[in-house]
Amino acid sequence: MIRLVLTVLAASALLSAEAPAAVPVDERVVHELAAQLRCVVCQTLSVADSPSETANQMRQIIRERLAAGETPEQVRQYFVQRYGEWILLAPPKEGFNLLVWVVPFVGLGAGLVLVVIVLRRWSRNPATVSSTPVDPAMRERIRREMSGGGHP
Amino acid sequence: MKGGWLRWIIPAAVVPVLVLLAYGFWTNPREIPSPLLGRPAAPFVLTTFDKAPLTLQDLRGKVVLINFWASWCIPACYDEAPALERTWLAYKDKGVMVIGVNVQDTEEPARKFLARFQHSFPNAPDPRGYVAVEYGVYGVPETFFIDRRGRVRFKHVGALTDETARKRLDSLLEEPS
Repeated sequence: MIRLVLTVLAASALLSAEAPAAVPVDERVVHELAAQLRCVVCQTLSVADSPSETANQMRQIIRERLAAGETPEQVRQYFVQRYGEWILLAPPKEGFNLLVWVVPFVGLGAGLVLVVIVLRRWSRNPATVSSTPVDPAMRERIRREMSGGGHP
Repeated sequence: MKGGWLRWIIPAAVVPVLVLLAYGFWTNPREIPSPLLGRPAAPFVLTTFDKAPLTLQDLRGKVVLINFWASWCIPACYDEAPALERTWLAYKDKGVMVIGVNVQDTEEPARKFLARFQHSFPNAPDPRGYVAVEYGVYGVPETFFIDRRGRVRFKHVGALTDETARKRLDSLLEEPS
């Protein structure tokens, strides 16, 4: 019996020595990577969120590549090389894609500047209205009424 | 001129948004350019529905048409199925190989599909989706054309027609091997 156990142990040690050692995979890293990838058969869902079979297979591929010793960035690039940057839910912050990141802030800044300019114009307008010429007869009537010398 | 440049602000903000919207409406969201074009086709080993090994590397020197399909893909996969068989029959003696890769499917309906259209070219399931991901497949049907040197040259999204298949295959066959 002991000999049998020893034989099994020796055989398993030999097998594990031959097979490439699998790196333990942190499921949080799998989820983090899957959350960056677009589910290819869904509308606006990530691989992490989609219940589809395709997304499930993609999560498994992520898991296996990490277990084979690839870094998260290498796994990400694996998908980008096959699907293009379309597969990334957030476009990388470089080149033409920078526009997507910059334009909303530029738009917000321009909007604020516009609001300030318009408000300043509006606050100047009352002065413009008061400077409009008043009929001299009306001016005289107002003066008389203000001084109390109006009707008996 | 009262108002000055302020009166141009609204058109200046609205016009680019309208142009962007118009561009979005005119482009086909399904036509996503494949980064694989011009690059070596990913090697794969599959087992056909007839239990025969199917290896892309063994086909070097031939023009290869790889069609990704599923039995639930209605109507596009059903529309193109007769054209695929006709293409295979017309080109199999001209140095062309047609391969079907069945994705996201179960065996029984896939076999029914093959029987219905009497496909005589090799067809293999891709049960774990490896080949589909290697080729950046995001829907079915999609068809890839591989040249004699083993590079991906064209990708067709949607139902394949006889004309498109003929045009692509003829252009690849004309190239020196």
